[in-house]
Amino acid sequence: MRLKKHYFEDIQLFRTTASLVWTILFLSLLAVLPFIIKTYYLSIANLMALNVLVALGLNILVGNTGQISLGHAGFVAIGAYATAFLLEFGMPFAVTLVLAGLIAALIGALLGIPSLRLEGPYLAIATLAFGLAVLVIIGRMDIFGGRMGMVVPKIELGWTGLSYDVSLYYVFISITAAMVVSAYNILKSRVGRAFQAIRDSDVAASVIGVNLAYYKTLSFAISAFYAGVAGCLWALYLQFVSPGNFSFMLSILFLATVVLGGLGSVTGSVMGGIVMTFLSIQLEKIVEVPILGTLIVEFSNTFMNPSGISNVKWVLTGLILIAVILFEPLGLNGIWLRVKRYWNLWPY
Amino acid sequence: MITQLLISAVVAGSIYALMALAMSIIYKASEIPNFAQGEMAMFSTYITFVFLNMWGYPFMVALAGTVIFAFLLGFLFEFVIIRRAKEPNLLGFIIITLGFQMILYGLAGWKWGSDQRTFSLPFSESEIVLQTDAFVLTEHNLASLIIAVLVMVGLYLLLQHTKLGLAMKASQQNVKAARFNGIPTDRILGISFGISSVVGAVAGILVVPIATLDPTMMWDPLLKGFAAAVLGGLRSLPGVVVGGFLLGLVENLFGFYISVEFKSVVAFAVIVMVLFIRPSGLFEKHYVRKV
Repeated sequence: MRLKKHYFEDIQLFRTTASLVWTILFLSLLAVLPFIIKTYYLSIANLMALNVLVALGLNILVGNTGQISLGHAGFVAIGAYATAFLLEFGMPFAVTLVLAGLIAALIGALLGIPSLRLEGPYLAIATLAFGLAVLVIIGRMDIFGGRMGMVVPKIELGWTGLSYDVSLYYVFISITAAMVVSAYNILKSRVGRAFQAIRDSDVAASVIGVNLAYYKTLSFAISAFYAGVAGCLWALYLQFVSPGNFSFMLSILFLATVVLGGLGSVTGSVMGGIVMTFLSIQLEKIVEVPILGTLIVEFSNTFMNPSGISNVKWVLTGLILIAVILFEPLGLNGIWLRVKRYWNLWPY
Repeated sequence: MITQLLISAVVAGSIYALMALAMSIIYKASEIPNFAQGEMAMFSTYITFVFLNMWGYPFMVALAGTVIFAFLLGFLFEFVIIRRAKEPNLLGFIIITLGFQMILYGLAGWKWGSDQRTFSLPFSESEIVLQTDAFVLTEHNLASLIIAVLVMVGLYLLLQHTKLGLAMKASQQNVKAARFNGIPTDRILGISFGISSVVGAVAGILVVPIATLDPTMMWDPLLKGFAAAVLGGLRSLPGVVVGGFLLGLVENLFGFYISVEFKSVVAFAVIVMVLFIRPSGLFEKHYVRKV
């Protein structure tokens, strides 16, 4: 077992050569992926990248700072609508991306201010209110297209010399990779340690000199920035934004992603985003799964209503959430850590 | 017109107050904000529907069946799921209740389909009891208020004048001390969940005549009820009732005089403002947790 001996080891990105090698291998796999798999699977990979982005941001807020948010779909919606507007006005994509994130971050900071004094269920209801308010505002105002939504123009990617889908995939993957690295760096810095101090006990943190107001607001802003960037990519992915995309259920699914991956861990967010996307796609067509699918259809015909069988995905998602909390509170990251420790100490 | 507004405020307020009471009973007992409350109420209401329309029992039998079912649902939720949680923390509990909510939502949609159904209760929205120039009072208006008050009085008697109520209050105040005094705190917690589920189910039955029976019917009442509970202070039962009626009033006045479009959001805006001034609700003292 390698123990940390020096402060430098605490902040370096790759502690072992093995992790460096594996990261490079993983990134090169992502780079050659478009030439191996079909375009349909590329769009799934894009969706995974989106969910990883939101999970990263939400995990910084929930897992590392200990503030609950039930309104993260609101930030994603803000990013997505900002993108729709800015691209309509002919802004270049790079500027749009940053602005979408910054607008969401600004609103996140504003939401952070009334939330400074709140905790637990009180904070939950305040963020929930925020998510619903965003939904109603974009759904009722004509400038946002109302219930009909807005069409998002395609961005200019012709200069890459590749097809639009493949170029979009590279855009998504490179942005996500950059954001993963920044999340690692934020959490390893002074800011990240302040966040964790607030999570463990905000009174104790303020006693040792952490500025609570500043860092709580900062945490909301960073988290909203991630969600805003994800919203920008979301708009590009669907090429269409409407209020129906950003319901309360979406906020819950984001929270579920973070918990499934593992609270307070960047690796966990990445795993959670990938696995949750995979699960939700698989659960949509659970009936086609060989043995389990037949059993479910049989059960459905005998006891339930065959026409409502699509609801089985909610039952299974709920069961997975409860099972994670009951049996593996640290999520996928907990399993990963256990596996790693086992092989580190092997054969003892 | 103002009388009519007050009537609808009281009807909405009674439903919110019942949901808020249900949330508050559980929160006081275990510090869990139960997001599955709405779906538990919805599921129990479907049981009433099954009793009334599918099996053709009279309303009183259906009501008794629903109350028993709701109690068991709440009790088993605590016994089978909540009690098994390792290293419980607030977020974990929130996720568990959200997961349970999804399961119930999925099961109801699966069994009874997403098509909307209506069924006849002894009190309906279309039967008029009293009509004057100024207002119309329907059977449902009157029934909501009476039933809500009956439930509140019942809860008050249960908590203040029975041994069970005493045990519930004792385990809310200090679990360890209650256990040393021979109170089976685990079982009391399960019973609290059961009672809360029954209160929610009553709210569900009151919602049906003004909405339609479908799996999403309790979403709005749940969120408003939660908001009302937070407004009143979550731990104080009289506080959350006041919060519920206040919310119904604000919502209806705002909807009539200012804007119907933003009616459903104003409640939350009010709550955020109230919380900004009083972080633990109107009727609750704010404590900063010690290190």
